[in-house]
Amino acid sequence: MTKNLVLIDHDGTKVAKSASELATFAKRAGNAIGVLLANTGTGDSLATQLNGTEFERVLVVENDEISRYGIAAATSSLAQIIEKESAESVLIASSARGKEIAGRLAVRLKSGIITDAVDVSSELSTTQSVFGGSFTVKAKLKTPLSIITVRPSSIEPSSSSANPTVEKASVTIDDKDKLVEISTSQPPVKGGRPDLTEAKIVVSGGRGTNGNFAEVEAFADLVGGAVGASRAATDAGWYPHTHQVGQTGKTVSPQLYVACGISGAIQHRAGMQTSKTIVAINKDPEAPIFDLADFGVVGDLFAVLPQAREAIKAKRS
Amino acid sequence: MKIAICVKQVPDSWAEKKMVSGRLDRESVDAVLNDLDEYAIEEALRILEPLNEGEETPEHSITVISMGPERATEAIRKGLSMGAHSGILVTDVALQGSDAVSTAKVLASTIKSGGFDLVFCGTESTDARMSVVPAMVAEILGWAQLTFAGSVKVDVAARQVEIVRMTDSGVENMSAKFPCVVSVIEKINEPRYPSFKGIMAAKKKPIENKTLNDLGISASELTAWSEVLDSQSRPPREKGVKLEDSGEGGSKLADYLLEKRLV
Repeated sequence: MTKNLVLIDHDGTKVAKSASELATFAKRAGNAIGVLLANTGTGDSLATQLNGTEFERVLVVENDEISRYGIAAATSSLAQIIEKESAESVLIASSARGKEIAGRLAVRLKSGIITDAVDVSSELSTTQSVFGGSFTVKAKLKTPLSIITVRPSSIEPSSSSANPTVEKASVTIDDKDKLVEISTSQPPVKGGRPDLTEAKIVVSGGRGTNGNFAEVEAFADLVGGAVGASRAATDAGWYPHTHQVGQTGKTVSPQLYVACGISGAIQHRAGMQTSKTIVAINKDPEAPIFDLADFGVVGDLFAVLPQAREAIKAKRS
Repeated sequence: MKIAICVKQVPDSWAEKKMVSGRLDRESVDAVLNDLDEYAIEEALRILEPLNEGEETPEHSITVISMGPERATEAIRKGLSMGAHSGILVTDVALQGSDAVSTAKVLASTIKSGGFDLVFCGTESTDARMSVVPAMVAEILGWAQLTFAGSVKVDVAARQVEIVRMTDSGVENMSAKFPCVVSVIEKINEPRYPSFKGIMAAKKKPIENKTLNDLGISASELTAWSEVLDSQSRPPREKGVKLEDSGEGGSKLADYLLEKRLV
């Protein structure tokens, strides 16, 4: 059986949703072993949250230097655990931090790296959706250790009736991995809306909003969706850049994507064209977004959205 | 202070792309300077300009470094027209289709031989989108990694850099002593357009061409560790319904969403 490690993502108190998803992929390939890098005294309460997941073992490293010195220290810790366990693969969530740790690990352990996989097979071959979902690429690493980062929400996690065995592990951080000092850190400010990359519904606005996102937001709130924006809208300063969907922004693949006043330039399509169902509202009947749309309305979003909202409300009551 | 900026020439992110045998067909699309690298150039310029103010020969300089085919000279030239001082282009047939680790190795040895204090990068290239090269370069060089910066403060006298790292996981304040690898996010600044004067001046600025041999790297060190098993273009989406709003577009949209149980 191959030994597959998973770096468990958490914010200090809460384990991320990705942990159970990655456990499912790891289990598919062989043994699933979680690695929890935590501050002193927090390991147990984090490890308990992994009960019911596919992990057989969870290795808890409690060391305050990891959060103090950041990515290099986390890389070093994970590298030490990989070598001690002689693991064949390590799976990491595709966040900015996850990918940077994976990258440094690839250099340090002279191992191949694949980022942003949307599927990992029992043989550790991966599926990636590249160029904004225009192409699907299957690949495999040739090194004894495979380092793979996986996009969130790529699999519906399976569960296990047995709880993982929790073991303590220790690491030593060398001075060469203490070059950066983190003085303060705050978790992201969460609004009431779901995260763009995890949301089942995304409602996005573009040039056609003319800077007024009120209708886009109201519709998103009615259906419990996240709010996205095209690059035209974020460049104009109409909506925060963190909400940009597209080639230079986030890639989303929700059940429903509602594009409001977005023409659908390749820049934007690259970030949303793998969405299950696409709905578009645009004044221009020739807008390329209609080529992608399962349902398109040629009209003014400021008339169409409120009417749709009222109709949905009426049906629901 | 010497700053190196790593840039990449990429297919225009506004253009359609094609793949040939599992690799991006780079010949068929316009090649431009990766948008996200412009923020790194702009940030370095903003840091150095006040320091060089009034100096006849600038003490502090910016070198734009790229790895790529000969035409990547244009991407470097754009950086020079924005105000960078010189360029280095690493071109070698052995580098065609290089993976991230090889790219990072080549950039790192170019940086090492140049005596730089800081390296600035964008957070990712808009083609590969791996977002790992700055971290890999820091790892190879053994330099401090200050990445995803939403703001950068450089204290030249103390040889120290402070950044605010901004990602989906939150906001962190961090600092390190020179030498550092810094990557900057898109919202950090508004990159300038090259002026006519800048474009003319760039034509006279030096661009040094290097090969793997010049860097002391043998092609065998750069073997790719991944293997593409299969690549397929996504089948086109099925044609959907498109209707003209004649006063009932919203209700019809609601019906569609409710019927499909999407909302």
